[in-house]
Amino acid sequence: MMNKTYAGLAAFLLAIFVLIPVVISATGRWDLYYTLTSVALLSIGAAGVWLTFYIGRINIGQGAYALMGGYVSAVLMTQAGFSFWATLPLAGIFCAAVSVLIGLPILRLRGVYFAMITLVLTEVARLTALALPVTNGAKGITSIPLPGELPIFGLTLIPDFASMESPKLAFYLLAVTLMVLTYLVLWRIVNSRLGHLCRSLQQNEELSASIGVNTAYLRVLAYAISSFFGGLAGAVFVAISQSIYPSSFAVTDSVNFMLYCFVGGLGYVGGPMLGTFLLYFGWDLLSVAKEYQLLIYSSAMIALMLVLPNGVLSLFDRKGGRK
Amino acid sequence: MEQILANGLYLGAQYALIALGLTLIFSLMNVLNFAHGQMYVFGGFVTYTVVAQWGLPFILGLVASAIILAVMGALIEVFLFRPVIRKSKRDESTMLLAAGIAFFLDAVILLLFGEKQRGVPKILNGVFNWDMRIIMPYDRILILVLAIAMIAGFIALMQYTKAGRAMRALAQDRMAAQLMGVDVDRYSMIGFALGAMLAGLVGGLLVTITGINLGMGGPTSVKAFMMIMIGGAGVISGAIAGGFILGMMESIGLTVLAAYGDITYLVIFASLMVFLAFRPQGLMGKPWG
Repeated sequence: MMNKTYAGLAAFLLAIFVLIPVVISATGRWDLYYTLTSVALLSIGAAGVWLTFYIGRINIGQGAYALMGGYVSAVLMTQAGFSFWATLPLAGIFCAAVSVLIGLPILRLRGVYFAMITLVLTEVARLTALALPVTNGAKGITSIPLPGELPIFGLTLIPDFASMESPKLAFYLLAVTLMVLTYLVLWRIVNSRLGHLCRSLQQNEELSASIGVNTAYLRVLAYAISSFFGGLAGAVFVAISQSIYPSSFAVTDSVNFMLYCFVGGLGYVGGPMLGTFLLYFGWDLLSVAKEYQLLIYSSAMIALMLVLPNGVLSLFDRKGGRK
Repeated sequence: MEQILANGLYLGAQYALIALGLTLIFSLMNVLNFAHGQMYVFGGFVTYTVVAQWGLPFILGLVASAIILAVMGALIEVFLFRPVIRKSKRDESTMLLAAGIAFFLDAVILLLFGEKQRGVPKILNGVFNWDMRIIMPYDRILILVLAIAMIAGFIALMQYTKAGRAMRALAQDRMAAQLMGVDVDRYSMIGFALGAMLAGLVGGLLVTITGINLGMGGPTSVKAFMMIMIGGAGVISGAIAGGFILGMMESIGLTVLAAYGDITYLVIFASLMVFLAFRPQGLMGKPWG
């Protein structure tokens, strides 16, 4: 069983790090890199949303943290002269810190109330970005430099993106690496003591509090990790598009993050990754349908919900209820 | 000051109608209807088509909006929400469905009515002027009166008819209502239809004043969520209170805070978060919905 899992993991890693770049350079479809990079980054954000689902909260506020992380990275790079590699963890940590402050009061809410307040939070983030002086209002921050080189002890670990022939490939590898790391962390969390505690929160918060689980601490911790992922995704997005506006991440993006989790399946670690891939890639492929794109996309989503209301991965769920 | 209050009342009456539909659907089915804003836009476009394109009287446009949206709501409930709620392991799955329906309605509106801003000609001319203290066009007053009449009608319906009693029973306890012989499926459908109909009616009312466009759906949903959070989800009096409070805050904020730029909504959102930190269930809601 364990060997099979490792074999699957190895095949997956081989596919995304070797197979896809080879296939793309063979077919010359360089535009696919952008799509796949976006999928990888969005699935990092979706992983965060999934973790909040795991403690039984519906999070529609990931767009707020993606925007926040993006702005932190952009402001640090353009105004404080930080390198991109330094801003990446800083953006995540900043988001996590803010999410602790916001999370302490709002995580007391449950169910639909929490869902609605997080949706409102996305709107607050957008309006704050519009109102603050440091974010340059609606004009946004543009011409952000590409990531520079990352030296460790005089050794150039990652070369300067601007000097590369194909920054697209570099961004793809960066995003995919981050994605793999994120899901490894997520998998580790779920299969640890922390994961068991989170599951107890999901099932019944009063009950788990009554047997001595520190629920308030746990849910803030899960929310902070979730926001960390959101900020990380936002920061890389900014580096790719080299610009950020208050509307870069709006309510629609927050809702999309949630949908990715649902489509993949809430009971499976790989769910948000698969969901992001299916929805984002499907949306991209449907662009041939022109004005019927949204119609077909949404019909497919509704149909999926009618056939597999527990997510695509529930197809493999033979015994029912087995993780 | 009188002007601000009058504007707030006018905004609040419309908001309350939107929030009523949303909260009704939520209390009956435990479904957060993401598509509510899109239903509202759809209703507006139906009225626009009937009034501006076919040249029929405004009241017929409103009736058409109400009927079409009610049928749409009933169909959505029977063919989409009901099977998903039955099959799904967790109730949150309906959120994906609701968001899918929101996208779907957006697409349908785009294909049927196009992306342009649409409005209908003024239904009443003239401006009401009380000593320069309250200045309000007559058509706005008519809309205000209609909206308040509809709210009153809705409350009467919920309070005094058999269907209304059945729906209130459903909202309190689904299982108990079923044991008492309430046809749960039938009244869920009626409730969803009624909620959608209210959204369509507001759309029809507002198309005469502000016009309507495709992009209004999402922001309207967000505003409606805020209203039912203020008042408490699933409580009818709460939805009305939330609608009027938001209307007033917007009206006051736009006047008082105009000097500081466009921060009214930021202030409203921030105060809402503080408010919810102290009273998570809203003004009149039951704890934990």
